[in-house]
Order: sequence, then C-alpha cells, then structure tokens
Amino acid sequence: MNLTEEIHARLQSLQPSHLEIRDDSALHAGHAGNNGGGHFQLTMVSPAFTGKPTLARHRLVYQLLADLMPHRIHALSMQVYASDEAFKH
Amino acid sequence: MDTQELIKNQVTANPVVLYMKGSPKFPQCGFSSLAVQILQACGVQNLTAIDVLQNPAIREGIKQYANWPTIPQLYIHGEFVGGADIMRSLYESGELQQMLENPVA
Repeated sequence: MNLTEEIHARLQSLQPSHLEIRDDSALHAGHAGNNGGGHFQLTMVSPAFTGKPTLARHRLVYQLLADLMPHRIHALSMQVYASDEAFKH
Repeated sequence: MDTQELIKNQVTANPVVLYMKGSPKFPQCGFSSLAVQILQACGVQNLTAIDVLQNPAIREGIKQYANWPTIPQLYIHGEFVGGADIMRSLYESGELQQMLENPVA
C-alpha cells in the first residue's frame, strides 16, 4: 500500500462520499525544513463534518493521520465539506 | 521559562502572531509564504512573525501548544486561528479581515 492509499484507507472511518488525494511531493522535495515527508492535497466530503467549523474538521482528519506526521506526511492541504454543503463552493 | 510558557507569552503579548518557516521577506515554505501574503492583503501592520527554523524548541512546542501538527499557525489575540488553508478560506469569506479589525479580547 503506498502512502496515498494508506491515507485513503485511514479516512474511511469518516465515511466520505467523495475523497480525492493528490500527491504533490515531487513539487516540494528537499525544500528547507522538509525532512523527506510527502506533501498531499486532499478534497473530501463527509457527513462527519456537518455542523463543525473548519478547524474541527481539520482536527478530525489530523487525528486519523497523527502517527504519520511529520515523518511520512510533511504537509497536508485540505478542502473539507459537509455532505449538505458540497459543491456550493 | 519552558517552551509552552514562552509560546503563551508570545501569543498573548502580541496581537497578531504567525509561526512560520523563514521570515516574511524570505519565507522558506509555500504555505508560510501564502500565510504572509494573506496577512499583507488584509493590511496587517502589527504582525509578529516567528521563524521556527531558527528555534527547534518552538518548532516542536507549537505543535503541542495548539494540538495542531503543521506550520504555519496563526494566532490573533492569543486565539489559535488555523493554518494556511483555514486562513485562505477565512480570507475569501471576509471573516479574517473582521477578526483582524475587531479582535475579541
């Protein structure tokens, strides 16, 4: 299982109706302060985000990936939507 | 003074504090660069920028302080606001500008 698949599998507990993970690691390899971990861009729609402010949504995702950061995941950019607000943006 | 206490003093003694990689003039990471650009677009004059690459204890300590695993991190009047993604969405909705103008003391 590569890291993208691993992230995908971890986030299944939030029952996403849409989940897209892009590996941008090649764009950032070796920049200052990067110890070799990957950069990922995540777009996700989940009923678990309903009624939660953005900060809390990001925390939910970070909690599921906590042991992967920072050594395997150096940076994770997120767009997270509750099921009823998806694609209004 | 331990690192957690030092961070608490930094974020409460200064109105707008950004923990970042590099300096506002020479950011060392794309997300830190974006964070600085957003604050500049908001017209922030009184930014306190702290370069975590110059201070390993703060670099690790700030992650525990807010229970947030990544840098940059923005604080307004002692309150943790978020990282670069959250700053961007708050800026696009106009909320960040309001928070900077009308800080809750």
